[in-house]
Amino acid sequence: MRTLPAWLALGAIATLIGGAALALVSVAPATSGVFDTWFWSVLSFTLWQAGLSTLLSVGLAVPVARALSRCSNFPGRKWLLTLFGLPLALPALVAVFGILAVYGGRGWLNGLGTAFGLPALPNIYGLDGILLAHTFFNLPLAIRLLLAALDRVPLEQWRLGQQLSFSGWTTFRNMEWPAIRADLPGVIGLVFMLCLTSFAVVLILGGGPSATTLDVAIYQALRFDFDPARAVVLATAQVLVTGIALVIIAKFGLQLNEEPTISAASPRPGERSVVDIFLIGAATLFVLLPLAALVLKGLGAEMGRLAQDKAVQRATLTSLAVAVPAALIAVSAALALVHGRLRGGGRLQNLLFSAAGNVTLVVSPVLLGAGWFVALNRFGYDWALAASLLIAANAALALPFAMRVVGPAVLSIAARTDRLSAQLGLSVSARLRLVWWPMLRRPLATAFAFTMALSLGDLGVIALIGNQDLVTLPALLMQRMGSYRTDDAAGIALILAIVAISIFTLGDRGKVRL
Amino acid sequence: MNDTLEITDVALTLGETNFAFDLVCPASSTTALIGPSGSGKTTLLNLIAGFLTPQGGEIRAMGTTLNAMPPDRRPVSMVFQDHNLFPHLTAGQNVALGLSATARPDANHPQVLEALSNVGLAGKAERYPGKLSGGERQRVAIARCLLRDRQILLLDEPFAALGPALRQNMLALIGRLRDERDLTIILVTHSPTDAAALADRVAYLDAGRVIVSGPTQDILSDTRLEGYLGNWGMKNHSVVALGGNV
Repeated sequence: MRTLPAWLALGAIATLIGGAALALVSVAPATSGVFDTWFWSVLSFTLWQAGLSTLLSVGLAVPVARALSRCSNFPGRKWLLTLFGLPLALPALVAVFGILAVYGGRGWLNGLGTAFGLPALPNIYGLDGILLAHTFFNLPLAIRLLLAALDRVPLEQWRLGQQLSFSGWTTFRNMEWPAIRADLPGVIGLVFMLCLTSFAVVLILGGGPSATTLDVAIYQALRFDFDPARAVVLATAQVLVTGIALVIIAKFGLQLNEEPTISAASPRPGERSVVDIFLIGAATLFVLLPLAALVLKGLGAEMGRLAQDKAVQRATLTSLAVAVPAALIAVSAALALVHGRLRGGGRLQNLLFSAAGNVTLVVSPVLLGAGWFVALNRFGYDWALAASLLIAANAALALPFAMRVVGPAVLSIAARTDRLSAQLGLSVSARLRLVWWPMLRRPLATAFAFTMALSLGDLGVIALIGNQDLVTLPALLMQRMGSYRTDDAAGIALILAIVAISIFTLGDRGKVRL
Repeated sequence: MNDTLEITDVALTLGETNFAFDLVCPASSTTALIGPSGSGKTTLLNLIAGFLTPQGGEIRAMGTTLNAMPPDRRPVSMVFQDHNLFPHLTAGQNVALGLSATARPDANHPQVLEALSNVGLAGKAERYPGKLSGGERQRVAIARCLLRDRQILLLDEPFAALGPALRQNMLALIGRLRDERDLTIILVTHSPTDAAALADRVAYLDAGRVIVSGPTQDILSDTRLEGYLGNWGMKNHSVVALGGNV
C-alpha cells in the first residue's frame, strides 16, 4: 500500500481538527442570541483592520520595491534584503515588544519628542498600533515579493528600455507595472490573510471592545468568559472568512508563504534618484528601529540572572521539546502527503491529500487551541495529553509551510529521476540512498528549520491549552509583559528572537532551488 | 572612413575577466563575431550598444565618439537572442515603440504597418507575442529596428532558437534589409554557416580579445581556427567562397 503513510497523516490531521470541532460543538450548540451587535462589530473590525493593514503594507511596498529595483547595485543591498526578511522569522509577540519600545507611550520616539518639546504620539493601543505592527510585518514581505516580480523582468527588456529612451513613466507603464500587476492580487491576498488571522498583535495592541478580532474574541470567550456558545459561533465565522479569503487567493494562483526568489544584485541597470534613496531609507528605518530596540532593551536585561531563572530554563526546554518534534512530524507528514499525491492514482484521493496539507490555513491556531481547551477542561487537564496536543497542533499548523518546501522538491526529483532509476533497475533502497536522500536532504532541512521557527513563535495554541506547568517562551514572555516585568520580558524577547532568526537563517541558507 | 565603426583599445574588466577589443567594421559591411562561449562576443555588442561602459579606449561611429553616449542616442539598434518584445503589448504596439517611446504606442500607425509588412508580418499587428512563433517574434523586433532607422544593427544570436527553415528565411530577410537600407551589421553567431551566408567579414574572438578578423572566406578557412571550426572550413570551402550572397 504505497499511499499508507499519506492516509495515516490524513487520519491524524482529521482526528486533531475533528476532535477540536467536536469538543466545541458538543459543549455548546449555537444559539441565535450570539449573533448580537458585538459579534457583528468583531467581524467587521476583523475585516476592516485586515483591509487597512493590507492597503498600508502593499500600498507602501510598491514604491519601495520599485526604488530598490531601480537602485539595483549599491553596497549593503544584500544586507538590506536580509533585514527585510527578518520580520517574517520573528515571533509576533517579540516584534510587538520591539514596536512598543519605539512607538509606545514610553518609547524612543516619544522620548525624543519630549526632549524637543513636541506633543506625545497618539496612544499605540487600538487600531493605530495594530496597523503599525501589521505594516511592520507585512511591508517588508510585500517589498520582497514585489521586488522578486521586478527582478524577473529580463535584462534584455531593461536594455531595450534604455535603447528606446524610455522615460520613468514609460518604464513604469511598460515594464514595472506589468511585472508588479501580475503578482499584486496574490500579494494582497497573502497579506490580507496574514492580517486576518493575526493573533498576538491584536491580543497585545488591541483587545478592547473596539479593537477585537475573531481570533482574539474566541480566546476571550473561552479564557475570560467561558462562553463556549459564543466561541463556536466566532469559530464558525472565522473558518468561513478565512476559507473565502483562501479561495480568492487560490483563484489568483499565489501560494501562501511562497518564498520570493530575490538576488542580492538585480539584473536591472542602475538608475537612482533622491526619491528612491529617501524611500529605501525610510523603509529601512521603519524595519530597523524596532529590531534595534529589541536588541538594545534585551542587552539591558540581566541576562545572567535570566539564564539562571528556573522558569526561563524550563520554558526554553519546553519550547525546544515542542518545536523539534512538531517540526519532525510536520516534515514527515508533508513528505507522506506529497508522496501519496505522487504515487496515488485517483483524483479524489489526490485532492484529499492536498486538502489535508492545507486545511490548517483555514483553521487558525486559536481555533485548534479552543477546541482542545474545551476538551481538556471537560475530561480533566492532563499535562502529558496537553503537551502532546500542543506538539500535534503546532505540527499541523506548520504543515502547509512544510508542504510548500517539500512538495516542489519531491515532484521535481521524481520528474527528473524516476524514468532513469527505473531504466537502471535501481532497488528501493538504492533509490533512497543514491537519489532521494542526497537530493532531498537540503529541502528537508529547510522545511524542518522553517516549521521549527514557526512552532517556537506560536502563541495561539499555547495561550489556550497551556497552564502553569506547560509554559513555552512566548507564553512566558506574555506573562512577564503582563506583570510589568519589562526587563525580564526584554531579555526573553531577545533570546526568542535570536533562536528563531538563527534557525530561520540556517534553513534559508540550506535552501536549494531544484 | 567616417561611417566606419571603429573599436580601438577598448578595455573592460568584468569580474575576473579582462576584455580588450580592437576591431574595424567598414560602413555597409556585415561582420560576424564568432568564437567559443565566454570569449566576449556579446560583451563587445553590449559595449557598442552602450549597455556597458568601457574603462579605456574608444568606440567611434559616424565620426563621433560613442563612449559617453547613452544607449538611446547611439546610431545603434540591437536585437537580442530573446525577450525582445514586451509580452503585454501587441506586435504593432511593440513596433510602435520604435517611433515614439513616450506616447501611447499606436499600433495602426502607417509606418508601423509598413514595417511589419516589410518583415512579412502584414496583418499580424494585433497579435500578442505569446501568439507568435519564435521567428515571427524576431521579425517584430527587426521591424522595430527598421522604424528606429539607426545605421548600425547589432544581432546577438538572433537565430539561435530557430529551426533550419526559419533560419534561412531570417538570413534572407536580414540580407535584403541590409542591402535596401545600407546597414552596417554586426552579428554574433555560433554557426559558421550563418556567418558564411550573411557576413562579408568575420572576427574570431577568444579570451576577451579579437584574435583575427578579415574577409569571411579568409577567416573561415584559416587553419589556425581549426580547433574551433573543426574541419568546417575545409568541407565548406565552396560556401565560404560564396559568402554574403543571400
